[in-house]
Amino acid sequence: MLKFTSDHEWILIENDSATVGITQYAQEQLGDLVFVQLPKPGTTLQTGGAAAVVESVKAASEVYSPIDGEVVAVNEGLAGNPALVNSDPMNKGWLFKLKITDRTQFDKLMDEQAYRSLIDGSSHS
Amino acid sequence: MSTTAETALERTPLHRLHAELGASMVPFAGYEMPVRYPAGILKEHLHVRTAAGLFDVSHMGQIEVRAKADGNQGAARALESVVPADILGLAAGRQRYALLLNDDGGIRDDLMITNLGDRHVIVANAACKSADEAYLRAALSQACAIERLDDRALLALQGPSAESALAALLPDVRAMRFLDVRAGRLLGMDCVVSRSGYTGEDGFEISVPSDGAEALARKLLSNPAVAMIGLGARDSLRLEAGLCLYGADIDAATTPCEADLQWSIQASRRDGGSRPGGFPGADIILDQLAKGAPRKRVGLRPQGRAPVRHGARLFADAQSASAMGVVTSGGFGPSVNAPIAMAYVAAAAAAAGTPVCAELRGGRVPMTLSKLPFVNIRYKR
Repeated sequence: MLKFTSDHEWILIENDSATVGITQYAQEQLGDLVFVQLPKPGTTLQTGGAAAVVESVKAASEVYSPIDGEVVAVNEGLAGNPALVNSDPMNKGWLFKLKITDRTQFDKLMDEQAYRSLIDGSSHS
Repeated sequence: MSTTAETALERTPLHRLHAELGASMVPFAGYEMPVRYPAGILKEHLHVRTAAGLFDVSHMGQIEVRAKADGNQGAARALESVVPADILGLAAGRQRYALLLNDDGGIRDDLMITNLGDRHVIVANAACKSADEAYLRAALSQACAIERLDDRALLALQGPSAESALAALLPDVRAMRFLDVRAGRLLGMDCVVSRSGYTGEDGFEISVPSDGAEALARKLLSNPAVAMIGLGARDSLRLEAGLCLYGADIDAATTPCEADLQWSIQASRRDGGSRPGGFPGADIILDQLAKGAPRKRVGLRPQGRAPVRHGARLFADAQSASAMGVVTSGGFGPSVNAPIAMAYVAAAAAAAGTPVCAELRGGRVPMTLSKLPFVNIRYKR
C-alpha cells in the first residue's frame, strides 16, 4: 500500500519493510537532480527527521523520513545516475528502505487521493 | 502566503512570453523573473553551449551618460573619476568591463560601459541599478546628464549559433568581433547590439525598445536553434566561465585585485601610466596592483559528485579547526559534468592543485583548488 507525506515523499509498505522515495510532483518541482545523498544502512530515522538530500543544479533539498525505522537498504544506483529519480521517481528512483518499528504510524499518513488533493490545491494556473 | 503588505514585483516587457512558454517565475532583484522553463536548467544550459539561448535580462539597468559640454571626451573623463578602467581610450563602437568603486577600493557594482560616439551607455546589475544611478548623479552631474533608459529592454543571445540567428535579422553582425557595439535596425526598431555576454560563449546583447521586445524575442525564437533560457542556467553558465556574480563573488568589501579582476584596470590608469589613479580607493588599489592582494578568488573542484555551495567554509585539511577560506559561488556545471565552485583563500594558499576541505552537512568534503574558467571561452576576438 502506498502512502504520502505533505513534504512529497511516498512510502510503500510490504510486510515489515517500507520503501521511500519522492513523488512525481517533487521531482518536477526540483528539476534535474545532479546528486543524491542517502542515509547509511543501519541508521535509525525518526518521523519527520532528515533522511536524505537531493541536489538539483540550483539547490539542495531535504528528504524526510515518513515514519520511524532503521535503514536497511539504499538505492546504490543513484550514485552514478541521480537522474533516475527524475525519470522514474515512483519506482526505479526509490531512495531507501526501512525496517518498520511501528505499523500504526503508516495508517496516519495520507493516501493517494488525499495527496492528489494537496497538490491539485497548490498548483495555481 | 504573507498577510503583510508586500511591494509588488516588477515585470519585464517579456513577462507574457515567459508565462506562455511555461516559465517558473521567481522574485529576483525586485522583478518576477524566469528561473527555468519546462526544459529545465540542465537542458537549457547545454543548449546554450551547443546552439543558441535567448535570455531576458531586461531587469538590468541601462543608464545613459551624455557630456553637458566638452563632447563625448568630457563624459569619458568624468567616468574615469568613478571607474579604474580606461574610458578615454575606449573607442566609439566599443564596450568594456568596468568596476564602480567605493572609497575603500571595494566594488559597488560591475558594469559594461559602451561608447556610442555621442554618448556612453552603462549596463548595471539589477539589484544595484538604483544605487548606481544615484551615485553617478551625485558624482557626475556637473559634467554629465544621466538618464535611466526605462523604455528599453535587454535581450542576450548566446551560443555558437547566436551569430547566424541574429545575422538573419541584421547581416552586419557577422563583421562584429568581441566587445564591438553597433546601432542597427532589427524588425524596423532602433537597437544597440554588442558582441558580449555572461556565458563564456560567443553571443550578443541587444538593447531594444520595450514595446518591441516581445516581437524581437518571438522572431529570434522562430529559429529552431534558439531556445529561451532562464536565470538558473544563466548562473550555471557564468559559473563555468569563471565570471563573478555581484553580491556573491564580489561586493563592497572586495577589491579588484582580490577578485582577480585587475585585468579590467588598463595600464593607463596604473602607476607609470598616463592617468594613474584618480578613482575611488586608488591608493589601496594601486598598492595591491604593485604588491598583490592578501586574498584571491580561486576555482574549486570537489572530489565526488556533491555540490558545495555559497557560504561553505574551507579548511586546509580534515582536522584543522580554523577556516582558511569561504565558497562564494558553487553548484553543478552541466558542461563540465561535475560540481564546481569559486572561493576566496589567502593569496599564499591560492595555487591551483592545492588540496582543501569544504564543510558540508556536518562533514568535510575534499576539494582541489583549480584555475578558472572551467570551460573553454569562445569569444570571437
